[in-house]
Amino acid sequence: MPETTASHEHIIKSYDAELSRLLSEIVRMGQLAGEQLALAAAAVDERNSDLAARVVEGDNAIDALEHDVSHDVLRLLALRQPIARDLRDVLAALRIAADIERIGDYAANVAKRAIALNQNAPMRPAASLPHLAAVAGDMLRDVLDAYRRGDADAAVEVWKRDVQLDTLYTAMFRELLTYMMEDPRNITPCTHLLFMAKNIERIGDHATNIAENIYFLVHAKPLVEERRKGDHTSTLVS
Amino acid sequence: MTNLNLAVAASLNVTTPSDQATSAAKITARNLDFYYDGFHALKNIRMDIPEKRVTAIIGPSGCGKSTLLRIFNRIYSIYPKLEARGEVMLDGENILDPRYPLNRLRSKVGMVFQKPVPFPMSIFDNIAYGIKHYEKLSRADMDVRVEQALRQAAIWDEVKDKLKGSALGLSGGQQQRLCIARAIALKPEVILFDEPTSALDPIATGKIEQLVEELKRDFTIAIVTHNMQQAARCSDFTAFMYLGELIEFGETETMFTRPSKQQTEDYITGRFG
Amino acid sequence: MSAIAEKLYRRRRFKNGVALTLAGAATVFGLFWLVWILWTTLANGIGALKPELFYQMTPPPGEDGGLANAFFGSVLMSLLAIIMGTPIGILAGTFLAEYARRSLLGETIRFVNDILLSAPSIVLGLFVYTLVVKQMGHFSGLAGAITLALIVLPVVVRTTDEMLKLVPSQMREAALSLGVPQWKVTVQVLYRSALPGIVTGVLLALARISGETAPLLFTALNNQFWSVDMSGPMASVPVVVFQYAMSPYDTWHSLAWAGAFIVTVFVLCTSLIARAIIARRKVAND
Repeated sequence: MPETTASHEHIIKSYDAELSRLLSEIVRMGQLAGEQLALAAAAVDERNSDLAARVVEGDNAIDALEHDVSHDVLRLLALRQPIARDLRDVLAALRIAADIERIGDYAANVAKRAIALNQNAPMRPAASLPHLAAVAGDMLRDVLDAYRRGDADAAVEVWKRDVQLDTLYTAMFRELLTYMMEDPRNITPCTHLLFMAKNIERIGDHATNIAENIYFLVHAKPLVEERRKGDHTSTLVS
Repeated sequence: MTNLNLAVAASLNVTTPSDQATSAAKITARNLDFYYDGFHALKNIRMDIPEKRVTAIIGPSGCGKSTLLRIFNRIYSIYPKLEARGEVMLDGENILDPRYPLNRLRSKVGMVFQKPVPFPMSIFDNIAYGIKHYEKLSRADMDVRVEQALRQAAIWDEVKDKLKGSALGLSGGQQQRLCIARAIALKPEVILFDEPTSALDPIATGKIEQLVEELKRDFTIAIVTHNMQQAARCSDFTAFMYLGELIEFGETETMFTRPSKQQTEDYITGRFG
Repeated sequence: MSAIAEKLYRRRRFKNGVALTLAGAATVFGLFWLVWILWTTLANGIGALKPELFYQMTPPPGEDGGLANAFFGSVLMSLLAIIMGTPIGILAGTFLAEYARRSLLGETIRFVNDILLSAPSIVLGLFVYTLVVKQMGHFSGLAGAITLALIVLPVVVRTTDEMLKLVPSQMREAALSLGVPQWKVTVQVLYRSALPGIVTGVLLALARISGETAPLLFTALNNQFWSVDMSGPMASVPVVVFQYAMSPYDTWHSLAWAGAFIVTVFVLCTSLIARAIIARRKVAND
């Protein structure tokens, strides 16, 4: 499916056509999710609630594509009985589609909270959010590119980058805590920002899931390295 | 509603990006019964074969699928004690009527058998044999027709340098494609395949299945197979038969993901048969 | 293996050895006589071979000569027998295989054909004697040819029937499903497919009639001189061998051996050719 080396075409050409269609659906989903994330970040940056509302609407397109992927996977499994590489292709597509759909949901969630955020006065920590989103967006874009090319090494490289995202998130967590402690009136908007940052951090995790799926697709064994975790917020005391 | 319309109606519940929408029926069988020396082999069959699509007929051994196929070109009539009753309409005419000319039926409906049986002649003569019986063609025209048939059967490149050689020198898969070319050469409207790949290895089987996909653009195809996976791979519609009856008929995707009869599901999941 | 199993195994091996020895001995016994016959024919025949055999006529008692007229007569009558028997045989075999495969009529015909196949040739000779020789008033090569034809006929019928039955039914169906009429399918496809088998049958029939003596004794009789007249008595190699072998003359004996040798070689060659045809066909079909 991804354009890897040495693949001969199937003797039955419609099989190849069906697999490429699956690939392009995933790629399209990924593109949409990336756009959603970028638009959500822009909505925060520009304090644009209309844009945010459009992003929330836009999640339906990603959900619809995920249905299509599920249906196509079902069809492929029933009618083509894929094995070996083909089977890994189809299963990877199913899992990756689920990951992208969650990414879309998180992006829409960020946009939804942006609308609430915009009711309050501008907050300084909000300025960190677009950068966080950009890093996550780059990870998503790169991992999808790796999927399209069937490049497991590029996928592993993205996988490792998650630690940066986690570090940024931890920093933003501390900053928001500080703000909340300063002034109780900041608690509501900072809480929104907290969730939004968490959502974006989760987007990064899903991107690493996608990377692991790509690795398994290419090498037929799971990625077992211990991923360095930069998210220390769960053990933070003060 | 006919089985075909029911199947189409069922498929409309799914957002399938497929082109398997309503298709006119090329062959329709109604109240079809078949007797083997008194034994009631086919019981009240009611079935439509859609035009320019691939219809697969599956079922356990002895269910009557080959019997049904062989009614569509009346090849059973060369054997004594076999009798068909009922109606089988091809383009509106009942082919079971004794007045329907047999050679017209055979020019409209071709057949490919389980065992590749090239005639003991050269490759060229094998293809030309059937044509010669119907048309008087000049040498040049015949060459063109033979080449056309061999190209359509995806075997031209492999045999173009040995057209005068014996057909028996080809491999099994090539021989079968030669038999397909032989049937196509008469420009039929329907091609019947009776377990065409059960004697072939997987690569040859794949080539024939790819060929069937290409052929359905020009011909209506009915294929009997005991290999369910083959039916799943290459057909648009599937008919499931058991003990001489048609149990279910529908779009292949529906039949293999959510068949409506329990019996069908039991068979395709390997719970019986 | 346990002790009991060992004992049983050894007993079985012993029985196997005994049976193998007996079978081998029987083979050797049978082959011994065959080899002796062939060797004797070879030894005596080779010595008697000379070019005169082919251009001198059968000699009067006590003199030396050749077998030219006998060879010619044999060839002529055999050829005529094949020409008469083969077409009828093929058509009858076709009828049996294509139109009467399982019917009562077909089974009856096959049964009668098998009887004719194993009928003693002298009975056939007597039949032709009564019907032809007595009617014509004299012996003739034609009567001899007719007798031989009656021997050829059932062989060809049987072979054609069997060979056509061997053609896969799907080949028949494939040709018919192209819309070609039955008779054309039979002639253009089935015969071509069964041809090597049918030819073999004809060759085997030829090999058989080359050595037939009894029926010719009182149909074609014999003829000391060169004759091309089928309506008169005609010489043939087996009859000459019969006549000369029983005589007291050495020259005649050596001619008899030569004749026997040549007939044996001819039958051997014909059989080998027939086998070669079948073998080649087997290779082509695999």
